[in-house]
Amino acid sequence: MTTASESQSRPGDQGINVAKVTANDVNVYYGDKHALKGVNLAIQANEVTALIGPSGCGKSTFLRCINRMNDLIEGARVTGTITLDRQNIYDRDLDVVQLRARVGMVFQKPNPFPKSIYDNVAYGPRLHGLAHSAADLEEVVITSLERAGLYAEVKDRLDEPGTGLSGGQQQRLCIARAIAVSPEVILMDEPCSALDPIATAKVEELIDELRENFTIVIVTHSMQQAARVSQRTAFFHLGELIEVGNTEQIFTNPQHKLTQGYITGRFG
Amino acid sequence: MTEAVEQLRASVIAGKVGARLQRRYAAEKRFRVYGVAAIAIALSFLAVLLVSIIAQGYSAFVQTEVRLTLDLDPAVIDPDGKRDHATLSSADYATVIRNALLARFPDADDRVGRRELSHMMSQGAELEVRKLVLADPSVIGSRREMWLPVAAPVDQLIKGNMERAPDKGGQFKERELARIDALKADGSLQTRFNRWLFTEGDSRQPELAGLWGAVVGSFYSLLVTLALSFPLGVATAVYLEEFASRSRWTDVIEVNINNLAAVPSIVFGLLGLEIFLNLFELPRSSPLVGGLVLTLVSLPTIIIAARVALKAVPPWIREAALGLGASRLQMVAHHVLPLAMPGILTGTIIGMARAVGESAPLLMIGMVAFIVDVPATPMDPATALPVQVYLWAASPERAFIERTSAAIIVLLCFLAVMNATAIYLRKRFERRW
Amino acid sequence: MQFLTLVAVLLLMSAAVYRMGRGRAQVLAGTEARSLHSLPSYYGYYVALWCGIPALLLIVGWLSLEPFILRSLVVDALPTEAKALSPARLSLLMNEVRQLAASGDFRFSSGPVASAAAEQYRGLRATSFGAMTVLALSLAVGGAVYGMRAISPKLRARNRVESAVKVFLVASSTLAIFTTIGIVLSLLFESLLFFQKVPLTDFLFGLNWSPQTAMRADQVGASGSFGAVPLFAGTLLISVIAMFVAVPIGLLSAIYMAEYAHPKFRSIAKPLLEVLAGIPTVVYGFFAVLAVAPFLRSIGQSVGISIASESAMATGIVMGVMIIPFISSLSDDVICAVPDSLRHGAYGLGATRSETIKQVVIPAALPGIIGGILLAVSRAIGETMIVVMAAGLSAHLTANPFASVTTVTVQIVTLLVGDQEFDSPKTLSAFALGLVLFVVTLALNVVALHVVRKYREKYD
Repeated sequence: MTTASESQSRPGDQGINVAKVTANDVNVYYGDKHALKGVNLAIQANEVTALIGPSGCGKSTFLRCINRMNDLIEGARVTGTITLDRQNIYDRDLDVVQLRARVGMVFQKPNPFPKSIYDNVAYGPRLHGLAHSAADLEEVVITSLERAGLYAEVKDRLDEPGTGLSGGQQQRLCIARAIAVSPEVILMDEPCSALDPIATAKVEELIDELRENFTIVIVTHSMQQAARVSQRTAFFHLGELIEVGNTEQIFTNPQHKLTQGYITGRFG
Repeated sequence: MTEAVEQLRASVIAGKVGARLQRRYAAEKRFRVYGVAAIAIALSFLAVLLVSIIAQGYSAFVQTEVRLTLDLDPAVIDPDGKRDHATLSSADYATVIRNALLARFPDADDRVGRRELSHMMSQGAELEVRKLVLADPSVIGSRREMWLPVAAPVDQLIKGNMERAPDKGGQFKERELARIDALKADGSLQTRFNRWLFTEGDSRQPELAGLWGAVVGSFYSLLVTLALSFPLGVATAVYLEEFASRSRWTDVIEVNINNLAAVPSIVFGLLGLEIFLNLFELPRSSPLVGGLVLTLVSLPTIIIAARVALKAVPPWIREAALGLGASRLQMVAHHVLPLAMPGILTGTIIGMARAVGESAPLLMIGMVAFIVDVPATPMDPATALPVQVYLWAASPERAFIERTSAAIIVLLCFLAVMNATAIYLRKRFERRW
Repeated sequence: MQFLTLVAVLLLMSAAVYRMGRGRAQVLAGTEARSLHSLPSYYGYYVALWCGIPALLLIVGWLSLEPFILRSLVVDALPTEAKALSPARLSLLMNEVRQLAASGDFRFSSGPVASAAAEQYRGLRATSFGAMTVLALSLAVGGAVYGMRAISPKLRARNRVESAVKVFLVASSTLAIFTTIGIVLSLLFESLLFFQKVPLTDFLFGLNWSPQTAMRADQVGASGSFGAVPLFAGTLLISVIAMFVAVPIGLLSAIYMAEYAHPKFRSIAKPLLEVLAGIPTVVYGFFAVLAVAPFLRSIGQSVGISIASESAMATGIVMGVMIIPFISSLSDDVICAVPDSLRHGAYGLGATRSETIKQVVIPAALPGIIGGILLAVSRAIGETMIVVMAAGLSAHLTANPFASVTTVTVQIVTLLVGDQEFDSPKTLSAFALGLVLFVVTLALNVVALHVVRKYREKYD
């Protein structure tokens, strides 16, 4: 079993073009429903990969496979393999808890815990024993808040409840909470769909900055957003991966008819 | 032509409707009155019940006492002068008290008069004097003024619960009544706070019978019940809500819980009798067994309340925790349970309140005996508050009716406090998502 | 007391071991926390569980088996003439032995046999407790050593601890099943013994109930008669009276609350009605004896009807009052669940409010209301304290509501309270009555819950 420390101390991979996450023939069934059909996709490190497609196309389902959140849905069944640094995350002896520490997640609706801002960010490091002292922990919390671009706004009220922040601030708090665990991959499930345009712009800016240190996979229903923040884009339709490529190429010169139709707004 | 017919028909219909309308509105009014009457009847029952019990019971919180100047004569108490514990415990305090009464009523110094004087005082008076002497033997030889309890019939007479006239069911002769009146007139006979009610166990003498033994018994039972039913109930609810996926197995568990919630409580008593007493030979009449049985009675309430509280925690809290790499158990322990706790506690208190008022299963396991001693541990024989009500209600003396009502008042106060706490918790910590 | 001390010692040991385990894990981790599989505290819990759980399980197992083993040892050592006693007498003797041994006061012993056995019993118990203490403590130490040895960075301490907790969760949830099984088995076991002595048909269809005569063996009718029909009839009579009080009042107040009442009125009246449900039944029983029965009697006298002081009427009325909140809150839920579209349809045709309620809402809510009434009937049948205090003791087969009748629960209580002789049909009959009570209430509940669920599904 690969422990977290081993994989962390492997910066050499960044140079070579080795995929961080690889999906091989991934199928998902919800009961009788075949929700994801034979998806093959490689996600590169330190890039933002956008998953787009009409609603119900399986993009969120695929995202949730990468940190096995689908395990939680009753009746869901996943076949095929997904590897993280060449290790299959659906291996029997892989600890799903450790997986989720390495693959963080930001949800559609901001979901801070009904606790203080500080405790929200500190929860992950405490959970995984990442800080040795109170001072250590405080440093982690502050750095994470800074990286999420939220520190300046909340530094005087760290002990106030996180639920009292505005929607955009809450979502950035959730991002700070996710990066406080220093994951390798961050999954974002339509992180801006509940936010106003100004807050959206801030989060998008943040995503672009985070690319430096993290591998990001983002599901979005807005093509403009995909174009703005991502380097690679994958287009899903009715549970199938139709096309994947550089964002620029997908948006300017899509190869597949369905992609073309979706991009130009003929359906979706 | 057709138009006129139409108009005519319309007006006929309107007339018909109008004619019926009055009757229909009358019916409407009657229906409303029925509704109000139903609520009024139900609430007036509640009012009559509470008022009649308070009216019967409030006087039991005071007890008539007599002020006597006692001559703690060494010749009566300790003729040998050894002052040892055994002598002092079994000394003739009745004589001390009778002498004090004789001093007040010298005319009663004959056989009948002495008996009358003795019957006036409660046995508790002797116990009071004995307590005084045992605590400090040096008082022997001195004169002391003390307030001592009178016997139940005198107490009832003073409280107006008994007819004065001997021919109308009163048991006092004219001269006895005269003595009581004389004492009352000079302020030596007063009703004072009934401390026995709150410090003593059961007794055959109504004026000495107290609730403390029953309160302690109830407390121990409740302690056992709480210690078992809270963890077991929460664990069951957590398992069913957070861990188990719906299957035949969980269906079986659910059906069982729902049915146990509706099984008559006396059946749990039969179970306790068979399993805890006869099979495992646990001590009969003990709060331990009472608590075990009440655990089974209150468990369904707690489980159902805890499940509702857990269901009310929004799913995104769970997702957020799991997404950060918390295990299911950590998610439950760190986030879901703390948020559900006010609801769970409210349900637990309501379940405990049910357990406090429950008596039928306790009858089955023998917590219905006449027990004078206050239980020292949960293994000692004891009774419980509602069972004490049942026991006293079965006693024929007039004074016990008063005390039964007082016991009910105490029981209802406990329940009111528990339910008020539950309501406060719900109001204070209720969260809307 | 000794027992509590032992448990306290075990708990303290576990707490100490927890600190040791956590400390060892911290040392192992050094500065790099991620080299450990789990947080250090989980290693602490891991060792503490190894220390405490096996020892506690041993104690539980030991204590539940102890009575049986001690009993057979003591019985074996009894003199032959004592062993020849009938099983019932033997169990009586053993009861005395246990009580003597517990009190340690042999003054009230019935004879040398009992005293000697009690002495032996005491000795055996002391030995047994000593052995258990030694075993439990060594198990605790052994477990702690094993746990400490197992600590290594690779040990999945969190997963192990969580599996242990999960086992506890699953075990707790099965308690409900075991309780049901326990009820069925204990009732069935004693009932079968009863039916060996009294045929089932005599019990279910016999018209004469007088178990008391069974006490005197030399008298006529020594076997007693156990025809339970008068009890069933009495229970039914009181329940029917209770329903005549509770159903109209409960239903009408629910309708008024749900359809007419101002929210302010509702917010006051509803909790007040619930207070009726919170009053212990023993209080209702006392109220019936103290106020309702004398009141009815005096009315009866003025009208010229003779009303027994323990009349079914008084008992039934008070029981009905107790059930009012039960019916009103269940009906309230059901009425509120009727969709507004139905009401609007009726209003749209020009129906008045009461017409809408009578012709649309109530028919739509009827299955739910009937389910609620069935639940209330089951509650009335199983109610004990009110009838024990206010209803009669002797069984009469009558439909006269002003006469005194007795019920199933009253008989269970009178048969089992006080000194009991086991194996006598008198005592056993209480369990047979309990079985009937359990089966009937269970059936009512299953039907009622089914009806209510069907109703809910229709509108959810």
